[in-house]
Amino acid sequence: MSYSAEQSAIMDSIISRYPRKRSSIMPLLHFVQSISGYVTSEGIETIAAKLELSTAEVTAVSTFYTQYKSEPVGEYHVGICTNTLCAVMGGDAIFDAVSDHLDIANDEMTSDGKVSLERIECNAACDYAPVVMVNWEFFDNQTVQSAKDLVDGARAGNPPAPTRGPKTLRTWKENSAVLAGLSDGLAGEGPSAGGPSLLGLKLSKEGK
Amino acid sequence: MSTEITSDVEMITVVIDGFDVTVPKGTLVIRAAEKLGIQIPRFCDHPLLSPAGACRQCLVDIEINGRAFPKPQASCTIPVENGMIVKTQLTSEVADKAQKGIMELLLINHPLDCPVCDKGGECPLQNQAMSNGRESTRYEGVKRTYEKPTAISSQVLLDRERCVLCARCTRFSEEIAGDPFITLNERGALQQVGIYEKDPFLSYFSGNTVQICPVGALTGASYRFRSRPFDLVSTPSACEHCASGCAMRTDVRRGKTLRRLAGEDAEVNEEWNCDKGRWAFKYISSKERVASPMVRGADGELHEASWPEALAAAAAGLKGKRAGVLVGGRSTIEDSYAYAKFARVALGTNDIDFRARLHSDEEAAFLASIATRINVSYRDLDKADHVVLIDFEPEDESPIIFLRLYKQVRKRSLTITTIAPLASRGSEKLGATVLSDLSKVSGLTEKSVILVGERAAETMGRFTAVSTLAKSSGAKLAWVPRRAGEVGALIAGAIGNLLPGGRPVGDASARVDIQSAWGVESLPTKAGKATWEILEATTDGRINAVVVGGVDPLDVSAEALGQLLDTETFVLSLEISHSAITAIADVVLPVAAVSEKSGSFINWEGRPRFFEKAIADSLTRSDTRILSALADEMGTPINLPSAKAVAKELQAIGKWDGAAASAPDVSPISLPVPDAAHATLHSWRQLLDLGTLQAGEENLAGTARPAQVVISKSRAEALGVGEGDAVTVSTARGSITAPAHIGAIDDSAVWLPRNSNGSQCIANLGAASGLVVKVAKA
Amino acid sequence: MSKISPVLSAHWDEADSFTIDGYKRHGGYNAALKALAMEPDAVIAQIKDSGLRGRGGAGFPTGMKWSFIPQGDGKEHYLVVNADESEPGTCKDMPLLMANPHVLIEGMIIASYAIRANYAFIYIRGEVVHVVRRVQEAIAEAYKAGMLGKNIGGKGFDLELVLHIGAGAYICGEETALLDSLEGFRGQPRLRPPFPAIAGLYARPTVVNNVESIASVPAIIERGNEWFQSMGTEKSKGFTLYSLSGHVTNPGQIEAPLGITLRELLELAGGVRAGHTLKFWTPGGSSTPLFTAEHLDVPLDYEGVAAAGSMLGTKALQIFDETTCIVRAVLRWTEFYKHESCGKCTPCREGTWWLVQMIRDLEDGKGTPADLDKLIDITNNIAGRSFCALADGAASPIISSVKYFRAEYEAHLTNGGCPFDPAKSTLFATVGQA
Repeated sequence: MSYSAEQSAIMDSIISRYPRKRSSIMPLLHFVQSISGYVTSEGIETIAAKLELSTAEVTAVSTFYTQYKSEPVGEYHVGICTNTLCAVMGGDAIFDAVSDHLDIANDEMTSDGKVSLERIECNAACDYAPVVMVNWEFFDNQTVQSAKDLVDGARAGNPPAPTRGPKTLRTWKENSAVLAGLSDGLAGEGPSAGGPSLLGLKLSKEGK
Repeated sequence: MSTEITSDVEMITVVIDGFDVTVPKGTLVIRAAEKLGIQIPRFCDHPLLSPAGACRQCLVDIEINGRAFPKPQASCTIPVENGMIVKTQLTSEVADKAQKGIMELLLINHPLDCPVCDKGGECPLQNQAMSNGRESTRYEGVKRTYEKPTAISSQVLLDRERCVLCARCTRFSEEIAGDPFITLNERGALQQVGIYEKDPFLSYFSGNTVQICPVGALTGASYRFRSRPFDLVSTPSACEHCASGCAMRTDVRRGKTLRRLAGEDAEVNEEWNCDKGRWAFKYISSKERVASPMVRGADGELHEASWPEALAAAAAGLKGKRAGVLVGGRSTIEDSYAYAKFARVALGTNDIDFRARLHSDEEAAFLASIATRINVSYRDLDKADHVVLIDFEPEDESPIIFLRLYKQVRKRSLTITTIAPLASRGSEKLGATVLSDLSKVSGLTEKSVILVGERAAETMGRFTAVSTLAKSSGAKLAWVPRRAGEVGALIAGAIGNLLPGGRPVGDASARVDIQSAWGVESLPTKAGKATWEILEATTDGRINAVVVGGVDPLDVSAEALGQLLDTETFVLSLEISHSAITAIADVVLPVAAVSEKSGSFINWEGRPRFFEKAIADSLTRSDTRILSALADEMGTPINLPSAKAVAKELQAIGKWDGAAASAPDVSPISLPVPDAAHATLHSWRQLLDLGTLQAGEENLAGTARPAQVVISKSRAEALGVGEGDAVTVSTARGSITAPAHIGAIDDSAVWLPRNSNGSQCIANLGAASGLVVKVAKA
Repeated sequence: MSKISPVLSAHWDEADSFTIDGYKRHGGYNAALKALAMEPDAVIAQIKDSGLRGRGGAGFPTGMKWSFIPQGDGKEHYLVVNADESEPGTCKDMPLLMANPHVLIEGMIIASYAIRANYAFIYIRGEVVHVVRRVQEAIAEAYKAGMLGKNIGGKGFDLELVLHIGAGAYICGEETALLDSLEGFRGQPRLRPPFPAIAGLYARPTVVNNVESIASVPAIIERGNEWFQSMGTEKSKGFTLYSLSGHVTNPGQIEAPLGITLRELLELAGGVRAGHTLKFWTPGGSSTPLFTAEHLDVPLDYEGVAAAGSMLGTKALQIFDETTCIVRAVLRWTEFYKHESCGKCTPCREGTWWLVQMIRDLEDGKGTPADLDKLIDITNNIAGRSFCALADGAASPIISSVKYFRAEYEAHLTNGGCPFDPAKSTLFATVGQA
């Protein structure tokens, strides 16, 4: 195992969050992704050893959840919602355009390792459709052009900021650390809510 | 927990398809229906596994007190309730359509490879598709395909296309064996059984998953494509490998054993067995089998001989000699009895011993003290409040005891203490408290069970201490030898201090019992020699003939073979296959393997495990029949033409009802304390190792646990050795080098597998336990 | 009187609404202090009497769920909040947690106190990093402010709150799958009984509630049952978040009393997008049978929607106009269910695999009208036969769409493919044409 003492200590602190240590398997897998970008065999073996599970048991969990990747993904992992509503609202067109533009298919990565592409399911932002998620940050009300600009920016190392998120788009690994429950101190950035979230409130204030 | 129906269990009456049935509370609907003879189709359901409700094949309509469930329910997950009315596919159109619908779905992705599938002809999917499915499929889509098959171990192959994802195998591995090395991976339509890529399915019990797989998804590498079920003749049998006493089924086609399966016996092995019992049977058809009697000629070579010639040569070689008899540990009770009688009647000696392994005089005394009191059972384990394992590793040495204990550990956190030098994997699974010192065991009651293994003979004073502990605590005590034949051999009197039925040799009235049963005027009165003494006596002529029935001399000592080889001792070997003994024997007589004869083993509980001849037309003779013929030839008949004749005699003789011999009284000796460069050697035989009866089964051998040197953390640090680094253990005789495993073992100790590939303690080091050995970084 | 009743969303337009300061400015955490001064049973009784029902889809009375927890059993109890919001169309809990995570934490303090739980979890889906950040930070703030941890608010109640972050599995919104996932297993549903109230997380009594249900609790405690019951209908009390999305002029969240109709909501949201007409809609996410224009006046409460043949679900109103191909819409949902099927049971695992292929063929114009009957028959062999409700959800759009739009399916067959132009449905088409 080649996790550093510091990394190992973080894993132990993640384990200690829970009354029973097996519960920590999911944040630990996110943590492994924050280091390697995907679930490595080293990660599986380390988690198994720490949680006193078989490697098969850890594999069973890691392969169940779609956010855990068995192969490397891009520094910017682009998820385009093609569930019904977003697809109809333009997600299909966006996916096809971005896929053509990058010359990669679903679940593939650009050769420079910068951008990977995934069809994603509903991401709970339907009132912002069509939605694109990059490293699981919201990019609302996308168009074919805005999505192409987004991936171009990402490849150039200069992606635009998420619509509802931090001022600067973080990398896949950095955001994986947040999903492991490790704070990056960016909660205060970004708006409280986007326009559609405020629809009812606005109408109410207008006396409707 | 006992499944016995006792009066305090509430009984519930339900109506199924119009018939009343009364069953204990908690019974699942699917099983209540079985009681009426109503077969509800099913795949994931298994009575010994936790309910899954996954396959949905067993859907039925249920109403309770007039309230109908809005949709059909899985009868494998619903316990009966008062006022319940169940309609199965026989009386409910909804249930029938639901079942046919599920069956159609199960088949859409199932390959139509039944003609080449091992399961074809005995396949629950095939059978139930016929009984509860549609006439034809409406599926016109693309079938899911996978690489077929993949090896999840050297002995189990997985064909994912055939899998119906019932999770029987994964539940078995986790719940029954405690080996969760196969799991359901991925999700949805791509969900599949799998292993972690680097860690194969190395479970001692993996074969059970093949047996309970309701389709042909899991197959045994050794049986794959070998036969059709309808070409096999099945015979109920018993396992010859260990003292657990599994019921088995042996499947034979045209005189050849093609597979063995776990038989059902709720009292013993339930429906499980270990992989050794299932797959280690190739020795029967080995090229090394002794094909005909052989007599060593003047040229010093063995030559094939006719039975009359060989028997005459054997009789001549034994006649008038001071002979000893060594009986192997896998002798049936009938054969052991024949050896016991042959020794006394034909050879006139008590010099007979079944202990073809490390043994002691203290042990013989202990065995004499318990020979008439073998009365602890699996049920006692089910009910025990505390089980103490002494020099006994159930997972390696009696795997069904392991399964039984593990079941109670999972169910009710049964307390287990083990007296062992280290925490084995089995002990870890059992959550056992590991103690090195027997005197630290406390808190035993009359509901506690002490299981002592044969390796207790390797520690002076251990059997004495065990006897004392049992007596003072009131706990039940059972001796669990490793091999299948030893308990029977003890009862049969194949040991120097006991006659059949546990009768002390030194007791005149005990001898009278046997004299009258055998119709002989006298019996030798002096207690016989132990195995080691017999071998030693051959070196100075005190013994000048030995009869050896299935003994590997290296199991006894490093010197044993040499002791026989270097002297003029006449050696008669009764063997299945050519061995170190046949190589030096003067006369070799081929004997039948278990599947070629009928007989019985007595398991550790004292329970007879009868088996019939599975290979009906085998002409190979049993040891009993040969010994009887030899005794005739010698003019001292023992009149045992068959196993049946033995059984009859044993029955008539019965158990000794006189005073049992007293327990041994031997004081422990203090062992030398090794310095830092040395350690005290500990070892035991792993379940899968270089044992003779495992010969020829490479697929099985591939799942054996590789040899490791277990050392403590501080020793590893002192040696500068990490996990997996090579370590050499050596004595004046030789050395063993194997990867280190840093484990919970005493700092002064080292552990090696006793007889595994790369680690044969007796052959390589000259000892198997207790010796001070040198430990160094390789 | 206004048809709109912003309660949970009342301050989302403030820049610091998600901070503890922003929350406290409007009386945040007063309800918790008030509840902690009550008897736990009195809290349960009040929530029971309020008529609050689960906002996650099933509509089970929240207070009754709490009352199922055995008391004095000497076991640990757990509260688990289901923030796995993944049902297609559903988008209420994520904006709520982004803009006001403290209201959930406060509700959890009250609920945990009521059910005597000292350990609580939020199971949040993993695909929403910024929402995770907000909840994470809010928990840290609450600990700092003494509203979590030992002796909360000096009232002698202890509560540890752990944020558990999912990793992409819709099925984990099913409460027993969620519990298995939280315990570190594959998120596959468990057999019931035992129900979570008896043997939930770690086999201990557990309440699993939706975010919005628990977030509604502080206001009920603070303002009383009379206030809460002044909103809603006879059996569906109070306010709720309705989420409008799709072909609507102004999509978004509208918090309104239960029982409002889509006609009223559309009116508030500026109607179906300009120049188009309503074709079909979901009342509560893709698992609820589709409605059409004939259902515009169905009261959107638990009973009203059920009476009209669907379910209130998550109140995720996905609006589709006449440019949308029903077969394409249903295919995508079916693909979703196939993707999210956990694989445990046969009808869902194999059935969704088959359904996708059948509908894909229909979309491509392959087959005959008899294949539509086969589709319905196969769907009926899946619905009501599976281990959990996921497959029932998969069946809903199929059965309801064939019921209302059979002719459109058949048109695909006669047309030899889809007669619609997908470009006309897109948001950019609207922008371009408007």
